[in-house]
Amino acid sequence: MTADLQARPRSRPQSAGGRRPVDRRKLADHAAGWGFAAPAVVLIGVFGLVPVVWSFVLSFQHTDLTSPGTFAGGDNYAKLVADPLFWDAAVRTLVYVALFVPITLALALPIAVMLNQQIRGVVFYRLAVSVPLVTSTVATGIMFSWLANPQFGLVNAALDAVGLPKQGFFSDPDQALFAVVAMTVWGWLGFAVIIYLAALQNVPKDLIEASSLDGCGRARSFWHVELPLVAPATGFLLVWLTINGLQLFDAVYVTTKGGPLRATTVLVYHLYNEAFVSFDGGYAAAIGCAVFLVIGVFTLAQLRFNRRTSHYEVR
Amino acid sequence: MRRPSALHLILLPLSVVMVTPLVWMLLVSISTQAESRRFPPGLPSGIEWENYLAAMRDAPLGSWLGNSLVVSVVCVVGNLLLCSLAGYAFARIRFIGSKVAFVLMLATLMVPFQIVMLPLLIMMRSLGLVDTLGALIAPNLATAFGVFLMRQFFTTLPRELEEAARIDGASRLRTLFQVLLPLMRPTLATLAVLTFLQTWNDFLWPLIAVQSPGVMTVQLGLQSFQGAHTTNWPKLMASTVLSQLPVLLVFFFAQRFFVRSVAAAGIK
Repeated sequence: MTADLQARPRSRPQSAGGRRPVDRRKLADHAAGWGFAAPAVVLIGVFGLVPVVWSFVLSFQHTDLTSPGTFAGGDNYAKLVADPLFWDAAVRTLVYVALFVPITLALALPIAVMLNQQIRGVVFYRLAVSVPLVTSTVATGIMFSWLANPQFGLVNAALDAVGLPKQGFFSDPDQALFAVVAMTVWGWLGFAVIIYLAALQNVPKDLIEASSLDGCGRARSFWHVELPLVAPATGFLLVWLTINGLQLFDAVYVTTKGGPLRATTVLVYHLYNEAFVSFDGGYAAAIGCAVFLVIGVFTLAQLRFNRRTSHYEVR
Repeated sequence: MRRPSALHLILLPLSVVMVTPLVWMLLVSISTQAESRRFPPGLPSGIEWENYLAAMRDAPLGSWLGNSLVVSVVCVVGNLLLCSLAGYAFARIRFIGSKVAFVLMLATLMVPFQIVMLPLLIMMRSLGLVDTLGALIAPNLATAFGVFLMRQFFTTLPRELEEAARIDGASRLRTLFQVLLPLMRPTLATLAVLTFLQTWNDFLWPLIAVQSPGVMTVQLGLQSFQGAHTTNWPKLMASTVLSQLPVLLVFFFAQRFFVRSVAAAGIK
Protein backbone atom coordinates (compact mmCIF):
# COMPACT_ATOMS: atom_id res chain seq x y z
CA MET A 1 0.00 0.00 0.00
CA THR A 2 1.32 3.43 -0.87
CA ALA A 3 -0.25 4.81 2.27
CA ASP A 4 2.10 2.65 4.30
CA LEU A 5 5.17 3.90 2.52
CA GLN A 6 4.27 7.42 3.48
CA ALA A 7 3.55 6.37 7.02
CA ARG A 8 7.08 5.06 7.60
CA PRO A 9 8.86 7.35 10.05
CA ARG A 10 11.61 9.43 8.54
CA SER A 11 15.17 8.93 9.73
CA ARG A 12 15.42 12.69 10.22
CA PRO A 13 15.67 13.64 13.88
CA GLN A 14 12.33 14.54 15.40
CA SER A 15 13.42 17.97 16.59
CA ALA A 16 14.43 19.17 13.13
CA GLY A 17 11.36 17.84 11.33
CA GLY A 18 8.95 19.47 13.72
CA ARG A 19 5.48 17.88 13.59
CA ARG A 20 5.58 16.82 9.97
CA PRO A 21 6.04 13.04 10.43
CA VAL A 22 3.10 12.94 12.79
CA ASP A 23 0.85 14.77 10.34
CA ARG A 24 1.87 12.54 7.46
CA ARG A 25 1.16 9.50 9.48
CA LYS A 26 -2.29 10.84 10.33
CA LEU A 27 -2.99 11.63 6.71
CA ALA A 28 -1.98 8.12 5.77
CA ASP A 29 -4.31 6.79 8.44
CA HIS A 30 -7.24 8.77 7.03
CA ALA A 31 -6.50 7.46 3.57
CA ALA A 32 -6.06 3.87 4.70
CA GLY A 33 -9.12 4.00 6.95
CA TRP A 34 -11.38 5.22 4.19
CA GLY A 35 -9.77 2.90 1.71
CA PHE A 36 -10.69 -0.05 3.89
CA ALA A 37 -14.10 1.16 5.01
CA ALA A 38 -15.37 2.85 1.86
CA PRO A 39 -16.70 -0.14 -0.11
CA ALA A 40 -18.95 -1.31 2.72
CA VAL A 41 -19.84 2.17 3.94
CA VAL A 42 -20.81 3.37 0.46
CA LEU A 43 -22.93 0.27 -0.22
CA ILE A 44 -24.70 0.51 3.12
CA GLY A 45 -25.13 4.25 2.75
CA VAL A 46 -26.58 4.04 -0.74
CA PHE A 47 -28.83 1.04 -0.16
CA GLY A 48 -29.58 1.47 3.54
CA LEU A 49 -29.51 5.13 4.47
CA VAL A 50 -30.44 7.09 1.34
CA PRO A 51 -33.70 5.13 0.91
CA VAL A 52 -34.85 6.20 4.40
CA VAL A 53 -34.73 9.86 3.45
CA TRP A 54 -36.13 9.06 0.03
CA SER A 55 -39.04 7.16 1.54
CA PHE A 56 -39.88 10.19 3.64
CA VAL A 57 -39.86 12.31 0.47
CA LEU A 58 -42.04 9.75 -1.34
CA SER A 59 -44.61 9.99 1.42
CA PHE A 60 -45.25 13.60 0.30
CA GLN A 61 -45.72 12.62 -3.32
CA HIS A 62 -48.33 11.09 -5.58
CA THR A 63 -46.39 8.30 -7.28
CA ASP A 64 -46.89 4.83 -8.70
CA LEU A 65 -43.14 4.16 -8.20
CA THR A 66 -42.66 3.82 -11.98
CA SER A 67 -43.11 7.31 -13.37
CA PRO A 68 -41.84 10.49 -11.64
CA GLY A 69 -44.06 11.57 -8.77
CA THR A 70 -45.80 14.88 -8.18
CA PHE A 71 -45.86 16.86 -4.96
CA ALA A 72 -48.81 15.91 -2.81
CA GLY A 73 -48.32 17.95 0.34
CA GLY A 74 -49.89 16.20 3.30
CA ASP A 75 -52.44 14.29 1.18
CA ASN A 76 -51.02 10.87 1.97
CA TYR A 77 -51.01 11.49 5.71
CA ALA A 78 -54.54 12.92 5.57
CA LYS A 79 -55.61 9.79 3.72
CA LEU A 80 -53.88 7.65 6.34
CA VAL A 81 -55.71 9.27 9.22
CA ALA A 82 -59.06 8.86 7.43
CA ASP A 83 -58.44 5.34 6.08
CA PRO A 84 -60.49 2.82 8.11
CA LEU A 85 -58.49 -0.03 6.53
CA PHE A 86 -55.29 1.47 7.92
CA TRP A 87 -56.70 1.58 11.46
CA ASP A 88 -58.12 -1.93 11.07
CA ALA A 89 -54.69 -3.15 10.04
CA ALA A 90 -53.04 -1.24 12.90
CA VAL A 91 -55.33 -2.83 15.50
CA ARG A 92 -54.79 -6.27 13.96
CA THR A 93 -51.02 -5.77 14.05
CA LEU A 94 -51.16 -4.81 17.72
CA VAL A 95 -53.33 -7.83 18.55
CA TYR A 96 -50.83 -10.00 16.73
CA VAL A 97 -47.83 -8.52 18.58
CA ALA A 98 -49.66 -8.67 21.94
CA LEU A 99 -50.07 -12.42 21.43
CA PHE A 100 -46.90 -13.35 19.57
CA VAL A 101 -44.35 -11.68 21.86
CA PRO A 102 -45.59 -12.80 25.32
CA ILE A 103 -46.35 -16.34 24.15
CA THR A 104 -42.88 -16.73 22.63
CA LEU A 105 -41.18 -15.36 25.74
CA ALA A 106 -43.29 -17.39 28.16
CA LEU A 107 -42.47 -20.61 26.30
CA ALA A 108 -38.82 -19.86 25.64
CA LEU A 109 -37.58 -19.20 29.17
CA PRO A 110 -38.73 -22.47 30.79
CA ILE A 111 -37.52 -24.41 27.76
CA ALA A 112 -34.12 -22.72 27.94
CA VAL A 113 -33.88 -23.49 31.66
CA MET A 114 -34.65 -27.16 30.97
CA LEU A 115 -32.16 -27.31 28.11
CA ASN A 116 -29.53 -25.80 30.38
CA GLN A 117 -29.57 -28.93 32.58
CA GLN A 118 -27.10 -31.77 32.19
CA ILE A 119 -29.49 -34.46 31.02
CA ARG A 120 -29.19 -37.20 28.45
CA GLY A 121 -30.28 -36.27 24.95
CA VAL A 122 -30.10 -32.53 25.56
CA VAL A 123 -28.25 -32.11 22.26
CA PHE A 124 -31.17 -33.68 20.42
CA TYR A 125 -33.69 -31.49 22.23
CA ARG A 126 -31.72 -28.35 21.42
CA LEU A 127 -31.59 -29.37 17.80
CA ALA A 128 -35.33 -30.04 17.70
CA VAL A 129 -36.15 -26.65 19.19
CA SER A 130 -33.82 -24.66 16.95
CA VAL A 131 -34.40 -26.33 13.58
CA PRO A 132 -37.45 -24.16 12.72
CA LEU A 133 -35.08 -21.18 12.84
CA VAL A 134 -33.47 -22.12 9.56
CA THR A 135 -36.72 -23.11 7.88
CA SER A 136 -37.80 -20.38 5.48
CA THR A 137 -41.14 -18.67 5.98
CA VAL A 138 -42.31 -19.95 2.61
CA ALA A 139 -41.57 -23.55 3.59
CA THR A 140 -43.12 -22.96 7.00
CA GLY A 141 -46.23 -21.52 5.37
CA ILE A 142 -46.61 -24.50 3.05
CA MET A 143 -46.12 -26.98 5.90
CA PHE A 144 -48.59 -25.25 8.21
CA SER A 145 -51.17 -24.79 5.46
CA TRP A 146 -51.15 -28.53 4.99
CA LEU A 147 -51.07 -29.39 8.70
CA ALA A 148 -54.03 -27.08 9.26
CA ASN A 149 -55.85 -28.10 6.11
CA PRO A 150 -59.59 -28.16 6.92
CA GLN A 151 -60.17 -31.43 5.04
CA PHE A 152 -57.04 -33.58 5.34
CA GLY A 153 -54.87 -31.85 7.95
CA LEU A 154 -53.09 -33.56 10.81
CA VAL A 155 -54.32 -31.02 13.35
CA ASN A 156 -57.94 -31.70 12.47
CA ALA A 157 -57.24 -35.43 12.68
CA ALA A 158 -56.00 -34.85 16.23
CA LEU A 159 -59.12 -32.83 17.07
CA ASP A 160 -61.29 -35.50 15.49
CA ALA A 161 -59.57 -38.22 17.53
CA VAL A 162 -60.57 -36.55 20.80
CA GLY A 163 -64.09 -35.90 19.53
CA LEU A 164 -63.81 -32.21 18.66
CA PRO A 165 -65.21 -30.75 15.44
CA LYS A 166 -62.89 -29.91 12.52
CA GLN A 167 -61.70 -26.31 12.35
CA GLY A 168 -60.96 -24.02 9.40
CA PHE A 169 -57.81 -22.37 10.87
CA PHE A 170 -56.28 -20.30 8.05
CA SER A 171 -59.54 -20.36 6.09
CA ASP A 172 -61.71 -19.20 9.00
CA PRO A 173 -61.83 -15.39 9.44
CA ASP A 174 -62.18 -15.81 13.21
CA GLN A 175 -59.15 -18.10 13.51
CA ALA A 176 -56.72 -17.06 10.76
CA LEU A 177 -54.82 -14.47 12.81
CA PHE A 178 -54.37 -16.97 15.65
CA ALA A 179 -53.14 -19.60 13.21
CA VAL A 180 -50.54 -17.07 12.04
CA VAL A 181 -49.57 -16.43 15.67
CA ALA A 182 -49.10 -20.18 16.26
CA MET A 183 -47.04 -20.57 13.11
CA THR A 184 -44.73 -17.64 13.86
CA VAL A 185 -44.28 -18.71 17.49
CA TRP A 186 -43.12 -22.07 16.14
CA GLY A 187 -40.69 -20.27 13.83
CA TRP A 188 -39.25 -17.87 16.43
CA LEU A 189 -39.20 -20.04 19.56
CA GLY A 190 -35.77 -21.46 18.76
CA PHE A 191 -34.30 -17.99 18.45
CA ALA A 192 -35.63 -16.94 21.85
CA VAL A 193 -34.46 -20.20 23.42
CA ILE A 194 -30.92 -19.77 22.05
CA ILE A 195 -30.74 -16.20 23.38
CA TYR A 196 -31.96 -17.31 26.82
CA LEU A 197 -29.59 -20.30 26.82
CA ALA A 198 -26.63 -18.05 26.09
CA ALA A 199 -27.68 -15.75 28.92
CA LEU A 200 -28.21 -18.64 31.34
CA GLN A 201 -24.83 -20.12 30.50
CA ASN A 202 -23.26 -16.80 31.40
CA VAL A 203 -24.72 -16.93 34.91
CA PRO A 204 -21.71 -17.75 37.12
CA LYS A 205 -22.04 -21.24 38.62
CA ASP A 206 -20.68 -20.09 41.99
CA LEU A 207 -23.61 -17.69 42.36
CA ILE A 208 -26.05 -20.59 42.13
CA GLU A 209 -23.90 -22.65 44.49
CA ALA A 210 -23.67 -19.79 46.95
CA SER A 211 -27.42 -19.39 46.96
CA SER A 212 -27.97 -23.11 47.52
CA LEU A 213 -25.46 -23.05 50.39
CA ASP A 214 -27.50 -20.23 51.86
CA GLY A 215 -30.47 -22.57 51.85
CA CYS A 216 -32.12 -21.55 48.58
CA GLY A 217 -34.12 -24.26 46.87
CA ARG A 218 -33.87 -24.78 43.10
CA ALA A 219 -37.02 -22.74 42.51
CA ARG A 220 -35.99 -19.89 44.76
CA SER A 221 -32.49 -19.63 43.34
CA PHE A 222 -34.01 -19.53 39.85
CA TRP A 223 -36.46 -16.82 40.86
CA HIS A 224 -34.01 -14.66 42.79
CA VAL A 225 -30.68 -15.31 41.09
CA GLU A 226 -31.07 -16.51 37.52
CA LEU A 227 -34.18 -14.61 36.49
CA PRO A 228 -32.80 -11.16 37.39
CA LEU A 229 -29.55 -12.06 35.66
CA VAL A 230 -31.25 -12.92 32.38
CA ALA A 231 -33.28 -9.68 32.45
CA PRO A 232 -31.09 -8.12 29.73
CA ALA A 233 -31.89 -11.08 27.47
CA THR A 234 -35.58 -10.62 28.16
CA GLY A 235 -35.28 -6.93 27.36
CA PHE A 236 -33.48 -7.65 24.12
CA LEU A 237 -36.00 -10.29 23.07
CA LEU A 238 -38.91 -8.02 23.90
CA VAL A 239 -37.55 -5.35 21.57
CA TRP A 240 -36.44 -7.75 18.87
CA LEU A 241 -39.63 -9.81 18.74
CA THR A 242 -41.81 -6.70 18.83
CA ILE A 243 -39.89 -5.07 15.99
CA ASN A 244 -40.23 -8.23 13.93
CA GLY A 245 -43.87 -8.67 14.91
CA LEU A 246 -44.75 -5.15 13.80
CA GLN A 247 -43.17 -5.99 10.43
CA LEU A 248 -45.14 -9.19 9.93
CA PHE A 249 -45.62 -9.87 6.22
CA ASP A 250 -44.05 -13.04 4.81
CA ALA A 251 -46.01 -15.42 7.05
CA VAL A 252 -49.27 -13.78 6.00
CA TYR A 253 -48.42 -13.65 2.33
CA VAL A 254 -47.61 -17.35 2.10
CA THR A 255 -50.64 -18.58 4.05
CA THR A 256 -53.67 -16.31 3.79
CA LYS A 257 -52.69 -13.40 1.50
CA GLY A 258 -54.28 -11.08 4.05
CA GLY A 259 -57.59 -12.93 4.06
CA PRO A 260 -60.04 -14.40 4.61
CA LEU A 261 -62.12 -11.21 4.67
CA ARG A 262 -59.00 -9.16 5.51
CA ALA A 263 -58.71 -11.07 8.80
CA THR A 264 -54.91 -11.14 8.53
CA THR A 265 -54.28 -7.86 6.72
CA VAL A 266 -51.65 -6.38 9.03
CA LEU A 267 -49.93 -3.02 8.53
CA VAL A 268 -47.12 -4.13 6.25
CA TYR A 269 -49.54 -6.21 4.22
CA HIS A 270 -51.70 -3.12 3.78
CA LEU A 271 -48.57 -1.25 2.71
CA TYR A 272 -47.76 -3.96 0.17
CA ASN A 273 -51.31 -3.84 -1.22
CA GLU A 274 -51.23 -0.07 -1.57
CA ALA A 275 -47.81 -0.09 -3.28
CA PHE A 276 -48.13 -3.08 -5.58
CA VAL A 277 -51.83 -3.71 -6.05
CA SER A 278 -53.28 -0.17 -5.94
CA PHE A 279 -49.99 1.39 -7.19
CA ASP A 280 -50.28 4.19 -4.65
CA GLY A 281 -46.57 4.38 -3.80
CA GLY A 282 -46.80 7.68 -1.95
CA TYR A 283 -49.48 6.40 0.39
CA ALA A 284 -47.53 3.18 0.91
CA ALA A 285 -44.48 5.25 1.87
CA ALA A 286 -46.62 7.17 4.37
CA ILE A 287 -47.73 3.87 5.94
CA GLY A 288 -44.06 2.83 6.03
CA CYS A 289 -43.13 6.04 7.84
CA ALA A 290 -45.93 5.42 10.36
CA VAL A 291 -44.66 1.88 11.01
CA PHE A 292 -41.13 3.24 11.37
CA LEU A 293 -42.35 5.83 13.88
CA VAL A 294 -44.11 3.20 15.99
CA ILE A 295 -41.03 0.96 15.93
CA GLY A 296 -38.72 3.85 16.79
CA VAL A 297 -40.83 5.05 19.73
CA PHE A 298 -41.23 1.53 21.05
CA THR A 299 -37.53 0.73 20.76
CA LEU A 300 -36.43 3.89 22.54
CA ALA A 301 -38.99 3.46 25.31
CA GLN A 302 -37.92 -0.12 25.78
CA LEU A 303 -34.22 0.67 25.83
CA ARG A 304 -34.80 3.34 28.48
CA PHE A 305 -36.93 0.94 30.51
CA ASN A 306 -34.24 -1.74 30.27
CA ARG A 307 -31.55 0.60 31.48
CA ARG A 308 -33.68 1.36 34.51
CA THR A 309 -34.58 -2.23 35.39
CA SER A 310 -31.39 -4.22 34.83
CA HIS A 311 -29.41 -3.80 38.02
CA TYR A 312 -27.01 -6.55 37.22
CA GLU A 313 -24.09 -6.61 34.89
CA VAL A 314 -23.90 -9.85 32.93
CA ARG A 315 -20.60 -10.56 31.29
CA MET B 1 -26.21 -44.62 37.90
CA ARG B 2 -28.12 -41.45 37.27
CA ARG B 3 -31.87 -41.54 37.48
CA PRO B 4 -33.46 -40.47 34.18
CA SER B 5 -34.62 -36.91 34.57
CA ALA B 6 -38.33 -36.12 34.82
CA LEU B 7 -37.67 -33.30 32.35
CA HIS B 8 -37.85 -35.84 29.55
CA LEU B 9 -41.59 -35.99 30.17
CA ILE B 10 -41.82 -32.38 29.02
CA LEU B 11 -38.95 -32.15 26.58
CA LEU B 12 -39.78 -35.22 24.54
CA PRO B 13 -43.37 -34.21 23.64
CA LEU B 14 -42.14 -30.67 23.03
CA SER B 15 -39.48 -31.87 20.60
CA VAL B 16 -42.08 -33.99 18.82
CA VAL B 17 -44.31 -30.92 18.39
CA MET B 18 -41.38 -28.88 17.11
CA VAL B 19 -40.22 -31.39 14.50
CA THR B 20 -43.68 -32.62 13.45
CA PRO B 21 -44.16 -30.03 10.66
CA LEU B 22 -40.80 -30.97 9.13
CA VAL B 23 -41.26 -34.72 9.51
CA TRP B 24 -44.77 -34.44 8.12
CA MET B 25 -43.46 -32.51 5.13
CA LEU B 26 -40.97 -35.35 4.47
CA LEU B 27 -43.69 -37.98 4.80
CA VAL B 28 -46.13 -36.21 2.49
CA SER B 29 -43.33 -35.65 -0.03
CA ILE B 30 -42.97 -39.44 -0.44
CA SER B 31 -46.72 -40.21 -0.40
CA THR B 32 -48.87 -40.79 -3.44
CA GLN B 33 -51.58 -38.22 -4.18
CA ALA B 34 -54.26 -40.61 -2.95
CA GLU B 35 -52.38 -41.21 0.29
CA SER B 36 -52.13 -37.48 0.93
CA ARG B 37 -55.90 -37.10 0.61
CA ARG B 38 -57.14 -39.37 3.36
CA PHE B 39 -58.81 -38.57 6.60
CA PRO B 40 -57.49 -39.30 9.10
CA PRO B 41 -54.07 -39.00 7.44
CA GLY B 42 -51.66 -41.93 7.67
CA LEU B 43 -48.15 -43.00 6.86
CA PRO B 44 -47.14 -43.58 3.23
CA SER B 45 -46.92 -47.24 2.18
CA GLY B 46 -43.76 -46.78 0.13
CA ILE B 47 -41.47 -44.10 -1.23
CA GLU B 48 -42.97 -42.25 -4.18
CA TRP B 49 -39.81 -40.85 -5.82
CA GLU B 50 -41.96 -39.68 -8.70
CA ASN B 51 -42.91 -36.57 -6.63
CA TYR B 52 -39.30 -35.41 -6.62
CA LEU B 53 -38.82 -36.21 -10.29
CA ALA B 54 -42.02 -34.38 -11.16
CA ALA B 55 -40.98 -31.40 -9.04
CA MET B 56 -37.71 -31.11 -10.95
CA ARG B 57 -39.35 -31.78 -14.31
CA ASP B 58 -42.48 -29.63 -14.22
CA ALA B 59 -41.11 -26.43 -12.72
CA PRO B 60 -37.78 -24.66 -13.23
CA LEU B 61 -36.82 -25.77 -9.73
CA GLY B 62 -33.26 -26.44 -10.86
CA SER B 63 -32.73 -22.91 -12.11
CA TRP B 64 -34.46 -21.46 -9.02
CA LEU B 65 -32.04 -23.38 -6.82
CA GLY B 66 -29.19 -22.19 -9.03
CA ASN B 67 -30.31 -18.56 -8.75
CA SER B 68 -30.56 -18.80 -4.97
CA LEU B 69 -27.12 -20.37 -4.83
CA VAL B 70 -25.55 -17.63 -6.96
CA VAL B 71 -27.16 -14.85 -4.91
CA SER B 72 -26.29 -16.43 -1.57
CA VAL B 73 -22.70 -17.32 -2.44
CA VAL B 74 -21.91 -13.92 -3.96
CA CYS B 75 -23.41 -12.18 -0.91
CA VAL B 76 -21.46 -14.41 1.48
CA VAL B 77 -18.18 -13.65 -0.31
CA GLY B 78 -19.02 -9.94 -0.51
CA ASN B 79 -19.84 -9.74 3.18
CA LEU B 80 -16.76 -11.67 4.28
CA LEU B 81 -14.47 -9.43 2.27
CA LEU B 82 -16.08 -5.99 2.63
CA CYS B 83 -17.15 -6.37 6.27
CA SER B 84 -13.67 -7.60 7.24
CA LEU B 85 -12.05 -4.58 5.62
CA ALA B 86 -14.50 -2.09 7.11
CA GLY B 87 -14.62 -3.83 10.50
CA TYR B 88 -10.83 -3.68 10.70
CA ALA B 89 -10.80 0.00 9.78
CA PHE B 90 -13.41 0.90 12.39
CA ALA B 91 -11.66 -1.15 15.08
CA ARG B 92 -8.05 -0.23 14.46
CA ILE B 93 -7.53 2.83 12.29
CA ARG B 94 -8.28 6.33 13.54
CA PHE B 95 -9.56 8.19 10.53
CA ILE B 96 -11.56 11.31 9.94
CA GLY B 97 -15.32 10.80 10.02
CA SER B 98 -15.04 7.22 11.23
CA LYS B 99 -17.27 7.78 14.25
CA VAL B 100 -20.01 9.46 12.26
CA ALA B 101 -19.86 6.82 9.52
CA PHE B 102 -20.04 4.04 12.10
CA VAL B 103 -22.99 5.50 13.98
CA LEU B 104 -24.92 6.20 10.77
CA MET B 105 -24.25 2.66 9.65
CA LEU B 106 -25.50 1.23 12.93
CA ALA B 107 -28.59 3.41 12.65
CA THR B 108 -29.57 1.56 9.48
CA LEU B 109 -29.94 -1.57 11.62
CA MET B 110 -32.97 0.02 13.27
CA VAL B 111 -34.70 0.81 10.00
CA PRO B 112 -37.42 -1.64 9.00
CA PHE B 113 -36.96 -3.02 5.50
CA GLN B 114 -40.43 -1.92 4.40
CA ILE B 115 -39.34 1.70 4.51
CA VAL B 116 -36.24 1.00 2.45
CA MET B 117 -37.79 -1.21 -0.19
CA LEU B 118 -39.85 1.33 -2.15
CA PRO B 119 -36.95 3.71 -2.95
CA LEU B 120 -34.70 0.68 -3.38
CA LEU B 121 -37.01 -0.54 -6.12
CA ILE B 122 -36.87 2.84 -7.87
CA MET B 123 -33.06 2.78 -7.59
CA MET B 124 -32.82 -0.70 -9.04
CA ARG B 125 -35.10 0.31 -11.87
CA SER B 126 -32.89 3.29 -12.76
CA LEU B 127 -29.80 1.09 -12.53
CA GLY B 128 -31.48 -1.33 -14.92
CA LEU B 129 -31.19 -4.11 -12.37
CA VAL B 130 -34.88 -4.85 -11.81
CA ASP B 131 -35.75 -8.42 -12.66
CA THR B 132 -32.09 -9.50 -12.61
CA LEU B 133 -30.09 -11.31 -9.96
CA GLY B 134 -28.11 -8.08 -9.57
CA ALA B 135 -31.11 -6.49 -7.84
CA LEU B 136 -31.02 -9.27 -5.26
CA ILE B 137 -27.26 -9.11 -4.77
CA ALA B 138 -26.41 -5.39 -4.70
CA PRO B 139 -28.27 -4.37 -1.50
CA ASN B 140 -26.97 -7.41 0.39
CA LEU B 141 -23.33 -7.30 -0.67
CA ALA B 142 -22.29 -5.61 2.57
CA THR B 143 -24.40 -5.41 5.70
CA ALA B 144 -24.19 -3.10 8.68
CA PHE B 145 -24.59 -6.10 10.93
CA GLY B 146 -21.57 -7.78 9.33
CA VAL B 147 -19.36 -4.72 9.77
CA PHE B 148 -20.48 -4.42 13.38
CA LEU B 149 -19.81 -8.10 14.08
CA MET B 150 -16.34 -7.97 12.55
CA ARG B 151 -15.45 -4.75 14.33
CA GLN B 152 -16.47 -6.23 17.67
CA PHE B 153 -14.19 -9.21 17.18
CA PHE B 154 -11.24 -7.17 15.88
CA THR B 155 -11.35 -5.11 19.06
CA THR B 156 -10.95 -8.28 21.15
CA LEU B 157 -7.69 -9.28 19.41
CA PRO B 158 -4.49 -8.10 21.13
CA ARG B 159 -2.88 -5.18 19.35
CA GLU B 160 0.60 -6.70 19.75
CA LEU B 161 -0.22 -9.24 17.05
CA GLU B 162 -0.48 -6.74 14.27
CA GLU B 163 2.15 -4.40 15.68
CA ALA B 164 4.69 -7.20 15.38
CA ALA B 165 3.72 -7.80 11.77
CA ARG B 166 3.77 -4.09 10.98
CA ILE B 167 7.23 -3.65 12.49
CA ASP B 168 8.39 -6.49 10.26
CA GLY B 169 7.32 -4.29 7.36
CA ALA B 170 4.03 -5.90 6.37
CA SER B 171 1.40 -3.54 4.99
CA ARG B 172 -1.97 -3.16 6.71
CA LEU B 173 -3.67 -5.19 4.02
CA ARG B 174 -1.17 -8.01 4.36
CA THR B 175 -1.37 -7.94 8.14
CA LEU B 176 -5.13 -8.19 7.91
CA PHE B 177 -5.20 -11.09 5.49
CA GLN B 178 -2.21 -13.10 6.71
CA VAL B 179 -2.17 -12.47 10.45
CA LEU B 180 -5.58 -11.37 11.71
CA LEU B 181 -8.18 -13.05 9.52
CA PRO B 182 -6.75 -16.58 9.97
CA LEU B 183 -7.31 -16.06 13.71
CA MET B 184 -10.90 -15.10 13.12
CA ARG B 185 -12.11 -18.20 11.32
CA PRO B 186 -14.97 -18.84 13.77
CA THR B 187 -16.24 -15.29 13.40
CA LEU B 188 -15.95 -15.45 9.63
CA ALA B 189 -17.83 -18.75 9.67
CA THR B 190 -20.52 -17.13 11.80
CA LEU B 191 -20.92 -14.26 9.36
CA ALA B 192 -20.93 -16.66 6.40
CA VAL B 193 -23.63 -18.88 7.91
CA LEU B 194 -25.87 -15.97 8.87
CA THR B 195 -25.52 -14.28 5.49
CA PHE B 196 -26.21 -17.51 3.66
CA LEU B 197 -29.34 -18.24 5.67
CA GLN B 198 -30.64 -14.73 5.32
CA THR B 199 -30.19 -14.46 1.58
CA TRP B 200 -31.38 -18.00 0.93
CA ASN B 201 -34.60 -17.54 2.90
CA ASP B 202 -35.27 -13.93 1.93
CA PHE B 203 -38.75 -13.41 0.51
CA LEU B 204 -40.14 -9.87 0.47
CA TRP B 205 -37.34 -8.23 -1.53
CA PRO B 206 -37.20 -10.92 -4.25
CA LEU B 207 -41.02 -10.75 -4.38
CA ILE B 208 -40.99 -7.12 -5.46
CA ALA B 209 -37.64 -6.95 -7.29
CA VAL B 210 -38.02 -9.97 -9.57
CA GLN B 211 -40.90 -11.20 -11.73
CA SER B 212 -39.69 -13.52 -14.46
CA PRO B 213 -39.67 -17.22 -13.60
CA GLY B 214 -36.13 -17.43 -14.99
CA VAL B 215 -34.65 -15.12 -12.34
CA MET B 216 -36.73 -16.21 -9.34
CA THR B 217 -35.04 -17.49 -6.22
CA VAL B 218 -36.19 -20.82 -4.89
CA GLN B 219 -38.36 -19.26 -2.15
CA LEU B 220 -40.15 -17.09 -4.66
CA GLY B 221 -40.52 -19.92 -7.15
CA LEU B 222 -41.87 -22.19 -4.47
CA GLN B 223 -44.45 -19.61 -3.51
CA SER B 224 -45.60 -19.18 -7.13
CA PHE B 225 -45.68 -22.96 -7.40
CA GLN B 226 -47.86 -23.16 -4.29
CA GLY B 227 -50.34 -20.77 -5.86
CA ALA B 228 -50.49 -22.72 -9.10
CA HIS B 229 -50.63 -26.29 -7.74
CA THR B 230 -52.91 -26.36 -4.75
CA THR B 231 -54.02 -29.87 -5.59
CA ASN B 232 -50.77 -31.82 -5.83
CA TRP B 233 -49.49 -31.57 -2.27
CA PRO B 234 -46.91 -34.40 -2.47
CA LYS B 235 -45.18 -32.66 -5.38
CA LEU B 236 -45.32 -29.32 -3.58
CA MET B 237 -43.84 -30.91 -0.45
CA ALA B 238 -41.07 -32.52 -2.49
CA SER B 239 -40.19 -29.10 -3.91
CA THR B 240 -40.25 -27.63 -0.40
CA VAL B 241 -37.88 -30.33 0.87
CA LEU B 242 -35.50 -29.60 -2.01
CA SER B 243 -35.66 -25.86 -1.31
CA GLN B 244 -34.72 -26.35 2.34
CA LEU B 245 -32.04 -28.99 1.81
CA PRO B 246 -29.10 -26.54 1.46
CA VAL B 247 -29.93 -24.55 4.60
CA LEU B 248 -30.61 -27.70 6.58
CA LEU B 249 -27.19 -29.03 5.52
CA VAL B 250 -25.55 -25.76 6.52
CA PHE B 251 -27.42 -25.92 9.80
CA PHE B 252 -26.35 -29.44 10.69
CA PHE B 253 -22.72 -29.04 9.70
CA ALA B 254 -22.26 -25.54 11.08
CA GLN B 255 -24.49 -25.81 14.12
CA ARG B 256 -21.74 -24.73 16.47
CA PHE B 257 -21.19 -21.51 14.52
CA PHE B 258 -24.88 -21.05 14.07
CA VAL B 259 -25.76 -21.11 17.75
CA ARG B 260 -22.80 -18.89 18.47
CA SER B 261 -23.82 -16.44 15.78
CA VAL B 262 -27.39 -16.17 16.96
CA ALA B 263 -26.15 -15.55 20.47
CA ALA B 264 -23.61 -13.04 19.20
CA ALA B 265 -26.18 -11.27 17.10
CA GLY B 266 -28.39 -11.03 20.13
CA ILE B 267 -26.33 -10.42 23.19
CA LYS B 268 -23.31 -8.53 21.87
